[in-house]
Amino acid sequence: MQTSDLIRILPEIILAVAGIVVMLLGAFQKQNAGRMHPAIALLGLLGAAGAIAYQYPWRSLDPAFGGMLELDAFSAFFHILFFLVAALVVLSSSEYVAQERLASGEYHALLLFATMGMGLMASSNDLIMIFIGLEISSLASYILVGFRRGVATSSESSLKYFLLGSFATAFLLYGIALMFGATGATNLTEIHLALQAEQNTVTAMASPQLTPLVGPVPTALVGLSIALLFVGFAFKVSAVPFQIWTPDVYQGAPTPVTAFLSTGSKAAAFAVFLRVFMVALEGSAQDWVWLLWVSGLLSMVLGNLAALLQTNIKRMLAYSSIAHAGYILVAFTAHSEEGVAAVMFYLAAYALMNIGAFAVVSHFGNRGERYVEMEHYAGLGYRAPLLAASMTVFLLSLIGIPLTGGFFGKFYIFRAALHADLVWLTVLGVLNSAIAAYYYLRVIVFMYMHPAAEQIPVERVRPAMGFVLIFSMAATFLLGIFPQAVLDFASQAAALLLENLGNGVL
Amino acid sequence: MPPVTPVHYLFLSMALFTIGVIGVLTRRNVIIILISIELIFNAVNINLVAFSSQFASISGQTFAIFVIVAAAAEAAVGLGIIIALFRNKETVNADEIDLMKW
Amino acid sequence: MWLIPILPLLGAALNGLWGKRLPLRGIAAIAVGAVACSFLLALIACLSLGDATRMEVYFPWIAGADFQVDFNLYLDPLSAVMSLIVTGVGLLIHIYSIGYMSGEKGVHRFFAYMNLFLFFMLTLVLAGNYLLLLVGWEGVGLCSYLLIGYYFRREDAADAGKKAFIVTRLGDLGFLIGLILLYTTFGSLDYLVIFPEAAQFPVDSDGSGTLTLIGLLLLAGAVGKSAQIPLYVWLPDAMLGPTPVSALIHAATMVTAGVYIIARSSPIYVQAPEALMVVAVIGCITALYAATIGILQTDIKRILAYSTISQLGYMVMACGVGAFGAAVFHLMTHAFFKALLFLGAGSVIHAMGGEQDIRKMGGLRKKIPVTFWTFLFASLALIGAFPFAGFFSKDEILWRTFTSSTGGGRLLWVLALLTAGLTAVYIGRLVFLTFFGESRADPEVASHIHESPKVMTIPLIVLAVLSLIGGWIGWPRFLGGSNHFERWLEPALAAPAAAHAAGEESLEFLLMGLSLAVAALGVYIAYYLFLKRREAADRLAQASGGIYRLLLNKYYVDEIYRFLFVKPLVMGSTEVLWKTLDVGAIDGAVNLAARTTRSLGNALRKIQSGNIRSYAGWVVLGALLLIGFMVTAAS
Repeated sequence: MQTSDLIRILPEIILAVAGIVVMLLGAFQKQNAGRMHPAIALLGLLGAAGAIAYQYPWRSLDPAFGGMLELDAFSAFFHILFFLVAALVVLSSSEYVAQERLASGEYHALLLFATMGMGLMASSNDLIMIFIGLEISSLASYILVGFRRGVATSSESSLKYFLLGSFATAFLLYGIALMFGATGATNLTEIHLALQAEQNTVTAMASPQLTPLVGPVPTALVGLSIALLFVGFAFKVSAVPFQIWTPDVYQGAPTPVTAFLSTGSKAAAFAVFLRVFMVALEGSAQDWVWLLWVSGLLSMVLGNLAALLQTNIKRMLAYSSIAHAGYILVAFTAHSEEGVAAVMFYLAAYALMNIGAFAVVSHFGNRGERYVEMEHYAGLGYRAPLLAASMTVFLLSLIGIPLTGGFFGKFYIFRAALHADLVWLTVLGVLNSAIAAYYYLRVIVFMYMHPAAEQIPVERVRPAMGFVLIFSMAATFLLGIFPQAVLDFASQAAALLLENLGNGVL
Repeated sequence: MPPVTPVHYLFLSMALFTIGVIGVLTRRNVIIILISIELIFNAVNINLVAFSSQFASISGQTFAIFVIVAAAAEAAVGLGIIIALFRNKETVNADEIDLMKW
Repeated sequence: MWLIPILPLLGAALNGLWGKRLPLRGIAAIAVGAVACSFLLALIACLSLGDATRMEVYFPWIAGADFQVDFNLYLDPLSAVMSLIVTGVGLLIHIYSIGYMSGEKGVHRFFAYMNLFLFFMLTLVLAGNYLLLLVGWEGVGLCSYLLIGYYFRREDAADAGKKAFIVTRLGDLGFLIGLILLYTTFGSLDYLVIFPEAAQFPVDSDGSGTLTLIGLLLLAGAVGKSAQIPLYVWLPDAMLGPTPVSALIHAATMVTAGVYIIARSSPIYVQAPEALMVVAVIGCITALYAATIGILQTDIKRILAYSTISQLGYMVMACGVGAFGAAVFHLMTHAFFKALLFLGAGSVIHAMGGEQDIRKMGGLRKKIPVTFWTFLFASLALIGAFPFAGFFSKDEILWRTFTSSTGGGRLLWVLALLTAGLTAVYIGRLVFLTFFGESRADPEVASHIHESPKVMTIPLIVLAVLSLIGGWIGWPRFLGGSNHFERWLEPALAAPAAAHAAGEESLEFLLMGLSLAVAALGVYIAYYLFLKRREAADRLAQASGGIYRLLLNKYYVDEIYRFLFVKPLVMGSTEVLWKTLDVGAIDGAVNLAARTTRSLGNALRKIQSGNIRSYAGWVVLGALLLIGFMVTAAS
């Protein structure tokens, strides 16, 4: 271990330290002394972002810890996204934490730990590290989901998420073990080389007494392993047929946590999904693209159709997040540099608009999340015009109306898919996004075209929440009008990620 | 006695894995479900250690230790969640935990 | 130039955010002021344009190695005319709305939406590439949807809003795919890149090439927006919105966006004669069909709605025979007189205290003279009486159709002429029943009839003047004019390769006389049936019972849709019918689609039983499927 290795994981170290400080403060301070916690959490996130920025340009960095971690532009992109998501969630949950009397220290500490795990996921280049990062972020989120301890739905979500999550992780782990068995390596680059040479990595050691161990890679074992890895990642990104937990968990979790899961965790899962499949398993692409094809299509169809019937906004957004995972899988199916860039751009755009939407839901939900049904939103446009206007912007962006980030997200995705000759998938995707418009518009219709049935109190928007709303709205428009900077970043990161695999174009 | 080859380990681990999966699917007590998941983790560990010795590579065993640590953490978190749920609902029967559906 | 669309946006933002606290006067000042400024700017821009075109690039929007779209605005004679119509007519309607909407709740919301609409419409018109055009295209649809549902307390208004949005979105889907195809064909979405390249393409004579497909897909969008067969069903329902909205969006501007897009894409269409043919046929059938329905409607606004559909059909048909200039000309005159008709109708409704049924009107001529005279001017313009604006544009279309080199031009001409006659009949009926004869209103209502305030009548008068003289800039050559208008438009529009057969002037004169005669005959029929001998109308209705009922019930389209699509659904044969018939376009089918997806969604939702073990079962099942696939694929 060298100093440079430590600098590579400096962001994670800062987050861990900040998390521990917050947790200890929470433990030793009196109740209601939670004002410091968000500040420390934000400071930690800022410091971590600074540590990422400090290492710019990311292009020339060597792998750290013997190739286990790779701080390339790809991982920097995701790090920045995670920090942004976490910061927005911290800001938007300050009201919520106070109102629900949650243990503020633990809450913020867990958020930081989860963010740290996600950061590790994004930069790990080794199946062991991927597993560790995944576990760190998952364990923290299991607890966060059940953070409203006195509420039965919250505990129930937490249990469902925990049991199914560790079940899926077990599948993933089994896949990792089999991959290790087939190739003799856990490092993604080595796996790639082994699969390409169709020889396990033992040859690389070139040591005479190991010669009898040299052997071909058993293809059936690799296939089995890919399937199991796919199960694990598809579960985390909530793609069909492993989306089943999503609605229940998103509905029962505290709303800011739902926002975090649907944006941050999903992005982290896609980051490892991309890295494992595009770097290590790129050689078997002709097999696994079909899994992606079918899974992407089913996710879009199932997510959109089931969302049509929901009356609970959180549950509706949960189904919509399944559908959005489907759109992202469409770009993934293209398995090209352009596709990877489209996935990254979409994740960024989706994160911003979805956090905004959940922030509105969280604010409007009031104490105990009483007002999360569609009908509660009736007439909101007149009682809280700004809140309703920002919700409208986020929903329009989720539909993919031009001038919003969601439009370019979809645009890049379908462009990448078309360039990869996925004509049918593109057409079906466009059709799906047309269906999706219906249920998002329903919320807008409720807000603007229905008289309020009962008087629902709308609390004043506090500055922190106001900042989140304005920031997400501005960012949504920014991505819809000047998408270039983010897209360039994503394209470069994608190019860099794939450049070691030969000519960069698969 | 014939020598024990990696294939033997592979079958042992697969058997353990299958037992774990069936346990998750058939048992109603959430604690037993949790234990079944732990069984799958142990199936993974058998695999890792077996392959590690096959390739004379240390990384499989290291990985196994990490898995054990993670499994322990998971058990702790899981039991905590189960206790929280039990306080709210007074049950550990998986079939009675369905407040949210559709 | 970017100020032209931005100003209404600012107005919308101001009114939307702080309008609640402002008095009506302030709201109106902001809204009208913004539109007036942008009208002036548009005027200045157009006057300084001359014969040139101007492309203003602001910043690169998407810049990629293989694909670039800028944020740019494009001003050529076509977009200049359009922006003048939009801002000019928009301005008058805004002023009118001050009077019309006073006393309503939430006026700031109304003006904010109206301004927002103008912003999107101007973006649509001035855009320099198809992507920015799409921004405006989606935006106007959204605003139209919000404004139709303005009276959100009325269930049917909200439903109508939804219907409009869903039906037009079906067309938009085609439009979107058309854009993707444009991009893959030309590698760009910029007008200035696409049009010269399109001209290089060989003429797509057998209709199998890409350009024809693009043309048809763009047409799908136009059919949705401009309410052509078969996607016209949303427009009559859209009349539930406030009347100024109907005038601005559903008569003068938004619905003409479809015609605009066809005219704008004329360089593509001239290379695809087969697509043009389809355009012409759709336009012609729509024109005739809507006119026949218009004859027996009783709601004053619905008559005008069907009239709008019919006139839009005229414009689309003109595009279809390659007379893009004539189409734009008619678009302009139509904007004047149709906006006037709607505003006049609004004034009538206002005077009658909300009554919209023309059977309960009559004798209003004396009571609301300004409205009557302006309405009369507009009606004469609609009929195409000399020298009103509609005469010049309509005659131009008829002449160009007659001489069209594409096959079937004569047949189209006959149908169009018939439409002109029917137009005279229904508008004559409307005028006679509303303004002449005895009053049939309740005495209670009749005693309250009053002329509208000045703020409403002045826009009427301005529009009436425009309806009279607006056509003179296109004074045809054979009447001693020089048709300035179309010559000015020429550089912006492409002409079909096969030029129109040069007709003889005497023939043109004859045809013109014929169309005037047909119009006069139509008016006389209306006069005879609905004013002079009202019993004759009843007798005729009895004698031709079948046809009468057919027309009265709008050809039973709603019923046919219900019978064809909804009933089988109830009987359970849903999937196959839905998928085999391309019924996505149609009214009842929208419901069907909604229901089918609903039931499908319901089935899918049932998977979510809430039970952890069954969830785990799904995970295992999915895993087994994946494993099965991967292992067989790998070995």
